[in-house]
Amino acid sequence: MSATTVTAPAAAPVREAADDRIGLRGHLRHTGALMRRNLLWIRQDPESMFDAVLMPIVFTLLFVYVFGGSIGMALGGGRDEYVQYLVPGMLAMMALSMSMSVGTGFNQDIQKGVMDRFRSLPIGRGSVLFAKIAVEQLRVLLSTVILLVVSLLVGFHIENALGLLAAVGLSMLFGSSLMWVFLAIGVTAKSAQSVQGLGFLVMMPLQFGSSLFAPTSSMPGWLQAFADWNPLSALADASRGLMTGGPVARDLWVTLGWTALLTAIMAPYAVRKFTTRN
Amino acid sequence: MGRLSDGCRKNVGAVSVEPDSVGSMTRDDDKTPAPAVSVRGLTKRYGKTRALDGVDLDVREGTVLGVLGPNGAGKTTLVRILSTLIVPDEGRATVSGIDVLRQPRRVRRVIGLTGQYASVDEKLSGRENLYLIGRLLDLPRKAAQTRADELLERFSLTDAARRPAATYSGGMRRRLDLAASMIGRPQVLFLDEPTTGLDPRTRNEVWDEVKRMVGEGVTVLLTTQYMEEAEQLAGELAVMDRGRVVAGGGIDELKAKVGGRSLRIRPADRADLEPLAAALDALGVTGLASVAVDAESGSVRVPVLSDEQLTAVLGAAAAGGITLASVVTELPSLDEVFLSLTGHKASDTSDADADTDTATATDGDSAAKLEEAAA
Repeated sequence: MSATTVTAPAAAPVREAADDRIGLRGHLRHTGALMRRNLLWIRQDPESMFDAVLMPIVFTLLFVYVFGGSIGMALGGGRDEYVQYLVPGMLAMMALSMSMSVGTGFNQDIQKGVMDRFRSLPIGRGSVLFAKIAVEQLRVLLSTVILLVVSLLVGFHIENALGLLAAVGLSMLFGSSLMWVFLAIGVTAKSAQSVQGLGFLVMMPLQFGSSLFAPTSSMPGWLQAFADWNPLSALADASRGLMTGGPVARDLWVTLGWTALLTAIMAPYAVRKFTTRN
Repeated sequence: MGRLSDGCRKNVGAVSVEPDSVGSMTRDDDKTPAPAVSVRGLTKRYGKTRALDGVDLDVREGTVLGVLGPNGAGKTTLVRILSTLIVPDEGRATVSGIDVLRQPRRVRRVIGLTGQYASVDEKLSGRENLYLIGRLLDLPRKAAQTRADELLERFSLTDAARRPAATYSGGMRRRLDLAASMIGRPQVLFLDEPTTGLDPRTRNEVWDEVKRMVGEGVTVLLTTQYMEEAEQLAGELAVMDRGRVVAGGGIDELKAKVGGRSLRIRPADRADLEPLAAALDALGVTGLASVAVDAESGSVRVPVLSDEQLTAVLGAAAAGGITLASVVTELPSLDEVFLSLTGHKASDTSDADADTDTATATDGDSAAKLEEAAA
C-alpha cells in the first residue's frame, strides 16, 4: 500500500517453470488421501450406492425376461442364448452410465468451497480427478460383481473365466476414458442438471443404437451403420469374443483405439480446466 | 506507513530465491524487511468488468492488512489471485517473496486460505477434514492425526470432532475452516470476509482466533465489509472501490480522515432532544460533521475524535441538566467510510460486478450476498 508505486511491467501468465515438482509418490499419496475422502462420502451416504447396486439387477431382469425370449429366438436359441449375449452388453452399458454419474457428482463437488481449498494446496494437478475415477471404478467393480451374480441366477454360464476377466478389465478401461469425457463436461458445465441433460442426450442413442442389447443385423441400414461405428458396439462385441473365445481382434483394437484417443484428449483437458477454473 | 513487524522471522529467507522480482518490488523501501505480500499493478477483467484495475499494496511481515470495501470492489478477486486460484491479466504479486504467477505451488506451501464460504467438506467429520488436509500437505499419517487433534482442541471442536461438518453451526464451520488453514503452519493467511453471515457472538470468537494467530507471527490479509472488523483486527487498511485501492494507511490515520467514532445519545425525556442537540452544537466539538438529530429513535448522534471530546460531550449534557437514557459508541459504517473517502456511496458499486466476485458460490449464496450488499 505504499503510496509510491513501482510500476512493474505487465506480467503475462508464466508457465510453472521453476516451480515445485510433485513426484510420483506425492501424486499417489495425494490421490490416496482424496480417495479416502470419496470413500468416506459413501459411508456417510450409503444411498449413493443404490444406482451401482440396482442398475445391474433391474436391467438384467428386464432385458432377460421382457426381451430375452424373442431376441434369443432371433439368435437361434431362446432366453438362455440371450443371457450369454446380454452380459457383455451390460458391462458396456454400465461403463457408460456409471461414467455419466461421475460427471454430475463431480460438478456438484466443484460448486463447493472445499475445491478452492484443494486448489490452494500444493498437490498434484490431477489428484482430485484421479481419486474420483479410482473410487468410481470401485463402484463399477461392485456393480460388475452384482451383474455376474444376477446373471448366473438367471442362467448365465461362464465359458471362459479368463476371457470373462479380460472382458471386465476391457470394459473398465474403456469406462475410465468415458469418465474423463464426463469429468471434462462436469468441470466445464454450469450445473449438475446440465451435465445430466447433456449426458442423457449422448447416452440414449449410444446405448440403444448399438449391439449392446440386440444384434444390429435386423436394424435399418442407417441405424446399422451408426451402431457399427458406435464404440460401445465394439466394446460389447470384443467382450463377447473374449468370453466365448470367438474372434476379437478388430473390435479389441477399435475399443483400445477409442480408449486411447478419448483419454489422450479429455484427461489433459479436464485436468487443465479443473486447475485453472475461472 | 503503519507499524513494522517486530523482528524478522526466519522465513524471510525465501526472498533470496527470486532476487530479480523481489529486488524490483522493494526498491522503494530498502531499509525495511521485504513485505510478506507485495502486489503491483494487478488487473483482472471479466468481460468488460474490471474486477481489479491496477491494485498496488504491501502487507508487512507479521502485520494484518484489512482490505475494506463493498461487495464487488474486487476484494475476493484479489485474494483468489494471491492464493493462486486465478491468474491476473496484468501485474505481479509475491507472497513471502515467491512469485505468485511463476511458482504457484511454492506459494501454496506458505499460505493458508479461509474463504467467504466455509471451505470444508460437509460430509466429512471435523477430524477427517483436518486429517485430509494434513495428508494433502504431505504430513505422515501419525503426524496428520496429531495435528488434527491439536487444532480441534485449540479451536474448541474436540467434542464435535467425529460429527459430519454438515451438522456444525455457522461459527463451528468457520472455526473448522480456520483450523484447516492453519494445518500447514502458513506464513501468510488470507481471510476472505471471515465473519460475513455470523452472529455477533460467533464473530467475536472468530476475531479472537484471528488475533491469536497474529500473535503467533502469522501475516494476515483480511477482507471485510465492516469497519468494526477492520478496526478490531487490522493495523493497516486498504480501502477498495471498483477494483482500485482508493485509500490506505494506518487505521488511526484513516479514522481521522473518516471521523472515527460517533456517540449516539438518547435523553430520557424526548422533549430534551432539541436542547441536547443545541448544547452539543454550542460545544463545537468537531468541525468534521455536525450533530445529527434522529427524531425517530429520539437520539442525537455526534462524532467524537478523542476520549477528551467524548468526555466533553457527556459533560455538556450533564451541564445542561439533561438526564440521559443511553449512550452508545458507534463506529462509522462502511457507507460512511466510503462517502468520506470516495465521495460516493458504497452501495453504488455493489451490483455491477458482484457476481464475478462470487463466481464460485452457488446461486443461492450469491443471491444472499447481493441482498446483503443491497441492505
